[in-house]
Amino acid sequence: MRAEMLLRLSRATLLALALVGVVSSLPAVHAAGEATPVADDPVLEARVMDLSYKLRCLVCQNESIAESRAPLALDLRNQVREQFAAGKSEKDVVDFLVARYGDFVLYTPPFKATTVLLWIGPGLLLIAGAGWLLLRLRTRAREEGPHLTDAERARARALLEGAPADSEEQHS
Amino acid sequence: MKAKFLVPLVLFLALAGFLGYGLTLNPGVVPSPLVDKPAPDFRLAKLDTPEEQFGVADMRGQVWLLNVWASWCVSCRQEHPILVELNRGGVIPVIGLNYKDERKDALGYLRDHGNPYAVTVADPDGRVGIDYGVYGTPETFLIDREGVIRYKHIGPITRDTVKNVLLPKIAELSRAG
Repeated sequence: MRAEMLLRLSRATLLALALVGVVSSLPAVHAAGEATPVADDPVLEARVMDLSYKLRCLVCQNESIAESRAPLALDLRNQVREQFAAGKSEKDVVDFLVARYGDFVLYTPPFKATTVLLWIGPGLLLIAGAGWLLLRLRTRAREEGPHLTDAERARARALLEGAPADSEEQHS
Repeated sequence: MKAKFLVPLVLFLALAGFLGYGLTLNPGVVPSPLVDKPAPDFRLAKLDTPEEQFGVADMRGQVWLLNVWASWCVSCRQEHPILVELNRGGVIPVIGLNYKDERKDALGYLRDHGNPYAVTVADPDGRVGIDYGVYGTPETFLIDREGVIRYKHIGPITRDTVKNVLLPKIAELSRAG
């Protein structure tokens, strides 16, 4: 009886210890990463991260400023956070960054004269290709089969019916 | 009708031409939207005398270079002797923007490698750097008498850059005033 209680107690202690371990390791995981300042307001932080995924880090170029560990990405995230906190809209922040780093900072290029081809080019190519294919199919359907003389026609029929070909045929 | 078989070849050559041209471009160099725009204003403490401030307005009426550098920046060391030479020649005043650096390290760097800067200002948190669209040191801006950025060079300046790009542009801008 006593032993069992001891066992139960120690089991409870173990469980408690494990829990404490898990809980205390959570902030440790955070601390192990970069000491990124995070807004206290989770809604604001969500907006910051949401926009950060749409912005390119100019140092790594294939990473967004949300993913990159480059110091510049950290600085830019802080800029985004500060400006959001100051009540600026997403458009204000994007304009701010584009004015400094150019359209390249955006993962989605804006639609303007220099990017028209980029945006509608693939669609145009698809339409042109489909149109060309349709035209080809139509003309082909209208085309008549090869013209045969009566003699050729007779020979073809003979061949199809399994008649032995004449000697002239074997030569060619 | 006869030349029809050439169509794929022509298409291929056009594609190869575009891709070949792409190979000659450096994806690390992103054109700055700030060229031909007024240089973003700043008032920053001087590196050697932090109680004094310095800004773009102080250079009005002169053609000058703004060189973004840091003591931790490896390629800055590469271009440093060229800046020192440029300064010795007295062609153009070079203002240093010490980017995200420790004051002590920056001063030590200038002591060890020579100081080519007429003035160096400190931008410890990189805010002015962001205003200038800096994404990798060294970067150099050529600014005219009216305070308009005329050219941006990304990466270390070489003797070639000075001779073939900077000096002709400086001469042109100096004449223009």
